[in-house]
Amino acid sequence: MNGLTGFVLRRVIGAVVTLFALSVIIYVVFYVTPGNVAQITCGPRCSPAQVHQVAQQLHLDDPLYVRYGHFLQGLFAGQDFSTGTSVEHCAAPCLGQSYQTDQQVTDIILAKLPVSFSLVLGAMVIWLLLGVGTGVLSAWRRGRFSERVLTAITLAGVATPVFVIGLVLMIVVCGELQLLPFPQYVNFTDDPEQWAWNLLLPWLSLALVESANFARLTRASMLETLAEDHIRTFRAYGVSERAVIARHALRGATASVIALNAVTFGSAVGGAVLTETLFGLPGVGQELVHAVKVVDLPVVVGMVLVIGFFVVLANAVADVLYAVADRRVVLA
Amino acid sequence: MSEALVTVEAAGTESSVPAASGARQFWRRLRAQRAALVAAAVVALLVLIALGAPLLTALEGQDPTTYHPSLIDSARGGVPVGSLGGMSADHWLGVEPQTGRDLFARLVYGARVSLGVALAATVAQVILGTVMGVAAGLGNRWVDLVLSRITDIFVAMPLMIMALALLAVVPGDFPRPVLVALVIALVSGWSTTAKMVRAQTLTLKNLDYVAASRLSGWSTWRTAVRELLPGLAAPVITYAALLVPTNISAEAALSFLGVGVKPPTPSWGQMLTSADVWYQAAPQYLLLPAGALFVTVFALTVLGDGVRVALDPRAASRLRVGTGSKREARAEQAAPQAGTRARRQGGAKTEAGKEDRA
Repeated sequence: MNGLTGFVLRRVIGAVVTLFALSVIIYVVFYVTPGNVAQITCGPRCSPAQVHQVAQQLHLDDPLYVRYGHFLQGLFAGQDFSTGTSVEHCAAPCLGQSYQTDQQVTDIILAKLPVSFSLVLGAMVIWLLLGVGTGVLSAWRRGRFSERVLTAITLAGVATPVFVIGLVLMIVVCGELQLLPFPQYVNFTDDPEQWAWNLLLPWLSLALVESANFARLTRASMLETLAEDHIRTFRAYGVSERAVIARHALRGATASVIALNAVTFGSAVGGAVLTETLFGLPGVGQELVHAVKVVDLPVVVGMVLVIGFFVVLANAVADVLYAVADRRVVLA
Repeated sequence: MSEALVTVEAAGTESSVPAASGARQFWRRLRAQRAALVAAAVVALLVLIALGAPLLTALEGQDPTTYHPSLIDSARGGVPVGSLGGMSADHWLGVEPQTGRDLFARLVYGARVSLGVALAATVAQVILGTVMGVAAGLGNRWVDLVLSRITDIFVAMPLMIMALALLAVVPGDFPRPVLVALVIALVSGWSTTAKMVRAQTLTLKNLDYVAASRLSGWSTWRTAVRELLPGLAAPVITYAALLVPTNISAEAALSFLGVGVKPPTPSWGQMLTSADVWYQAAPQYLLLPAGALFVTVFALTVLGDGVRVALDPRAASRLRVGTGSKREARAEQAAPQAGTRARRQGGAKTEAGKEDRA
């Protein structure tokens, strides 16, 4: 147990270091950029004097380390902001204030997170079921025609960009067949049934792409296990093929599926940006695209950090789960 | 000392001989996979289209940026005049809704952007990944620690998010396709390549021929270039082949979101941005870029998979492809055992077997 505890501890420390480095990199990259943020924020018709005033108000002229210090202070102790007329307090995990709307970044993100979580977590359920299911099926039917069809489909799935699948799904299902209305986000707390129906297409388009990788991985690692000696022994003892597949081969694939799931979580967060933009879901991704277009730096930085936090967290959790599933990892 | 020199000499000649026959063996194994062969043909065709875009559009007599207001029906919100989205002898694939720009021209020029950006990004990823990986693998403990940590941070970064954010802050006068390629390369791909290269370097550097070159006083740089890189070629090429389709998708996604390549430069992702509004009036406006993207990424993925199998000895052994030993055996008049083995392989119904008999 001691080895595992040490491993978990190292992982947690690693995650914290990664997050800190991420914040520094993002901060430096975004606030050292040559683009004239004050001019963009103020608008194209601002006079030089007005631009200067905006630059002062946003502390754009301060040296970088001072501003990063402010940023860290806001993150851990909260900060006060002047909006020109009044002073507003921003409580402890403070990520700053939008240049555009004067709203606090934390509030913006908190308002958008439920949408993105609904999208990614729902899609995760689908890609796990679909991907692992397909993988098991094609490992079980290996060498037959149905396996070749499944392999071709999954390869096509890997090859299709998420927004192409989403676009085609939306046009066929909502436009041509009119099976579903065009998705419009409904809060889970308002109407769970409508929430699910409206998210069905976004879930599917996000999950279809990702599930292909799971199918390939599950198939590969099951075939690897099936080729091992102990499986041959099971078969020789008369264990049914179904039991061999379900109980033994699938277990061999568990650890790698867990590891892939974490990596996929990261790429799905990126895919969620596309899915949200395509289906008009008011999530973090859509807001991020908007913030990028209007160069609303505090919002961009805040969102990248929050998303990075979840991705790093997912990676760390996956590493630990992987170690629990496969103890050999801890020794390495 | 002299012994070490002999070893180095031997290692040097050895590494050059298998490299040549390795390439031949690679083609053999790639050819044995029908799907990969078809994919390679499709990719070659796409590259030709991309390179010959100015020729093709000159043949059609159009260019990708000229507006044709007369070809769109502004009374009906800008749908193309005529059936099938304005397809005609002048405009082979119709025109774009609202602007009347020629779709064929935009599509073939889009191939340039798509393939160009993806290839440039892949080259950058491979160079960055290899340099970081080799440096971490050969460097001392601290170099390894720092470089590996940096790599880990980039592995953990969400690509799309970082790319989006980075593209927001670079000023507009920077050449956009170059910028998109750099951003894709910087935030993705290189970190996983670096991790793989580092692991491979750690294995390779303890092999006798690499150790010998280090012991005989070659500089780390020379060892890395002359002894390590040939050993790294196979896994790095495999990685690169699989990175290209990913990069194509990434470029299309960024352009789709409106932060990638900017108009009027045509890009497939960008064409899809507004396509869903027009799918009833001009279905090919949606289907053409979507189809082009799908075919390109699919072909590159299949090809990448074929390259992986051809370079992976374990996977390639299932292909039942000869190593070309028969031809070499004939040339070198080798021992009769090798000849028998080669004849048996030549008799097997594989692409290579047919090739041998021909």
